[in-house]
Amino acid sequence: MHSFGYRANALLTFSLTILAFMCAIASLSDSLNSPSPSAQVQVLNINWFQKQPNGNDEVSMTLNISADLQSLFTWNTKQVFVYLAAEYDTPKNSLNQISLWDGIIPSKEHAKFLIHTSNKYRFIDQGTNLRGKEFNLTLHWHVMPKTGKMLADKIVMPGYRLPVEYR
Amino acid sequence: MTSICSFEDFYMDWQGQSLAEKLMQIMLLGFAVIAFGTGYLTASFQTMILIYAVGVVLTTLVTVPNWPVFNRHPLKWLDPSEVEKHPKPQPSSNVNSKKKPIKK
Repeated sequence: MHSFGYRANALLTFSLTILAFMCAIASLSDSLNSPSPSAQVQVLNINWFQKQPNGNDEVSMTLNISADLQSLFTWNTKQVFVYLAAEYDTPKNSLNQISLWDGIIPSKEHAKFLIHTSNKYRFIDQGTNLRGKEFNLTLHWHVMPKTGKMLADKIVMPGYRLPVEYR
Repeated sequence: MTSICSFEDFYMDWQGQSLAEKLMQIMLLGFAVIAFGTGYLTASFQTMILIYAVGVVLTTLVTVPNWPVFNRHPLKWLDPSEVEKHPKPQPSSNVNSKKKPIKK
């Protein structure tokens, strides 16, 4: 540690290395958390169900989305991105996933919610397969940390069915 | 002749340098442990970063400038008047001839 500049450089490098280690340990501490989220979706009403001029089915519905995602939050969580997707299969595609609604949860207090909404994004099929279709509603979430790796998970809720006739 | 006294005029001796280096490492590690512990227990990432930042600034103020406390065993450099009494050794003529003798 010979001169002023040498010491300043050594201190800067060492302090940043230590900061990197602290962030790595903080990120690893997230694995100590065992989350127990829950969710429920009610389809209150099918607003309309039409075949578009380009030949694709479209449906609009009103939903009650309720969830408790508070256990996902740790001291190292910045926000949780959550979205609801309708999943079903058709002869053309083995899996169709249509995102109906999404939101950002900025903190633990906002993580227990009940949302009453119509679908934020349009539910359009590639074709005319939706009449009488059985589908799952899956709530996906991405936990975005302050430092470290993002993790994604979901809850699958099966057993929803669309009407047999257009309305 | 007036001169402005600055940190450049102060030096650290060898023992002071080693002390400053050890102090820097211990202080930074210590603040890191305190910062992480406090942040984890209060579940606040911001607290951890804040305590650590304060620690880095404090360590910089203590160990980087040439404080006189690091100069308690100053080096005794040779006085210029002594230089003439001990002339620099001259290079000997043998060293210059590096040619190998030609063998027949």
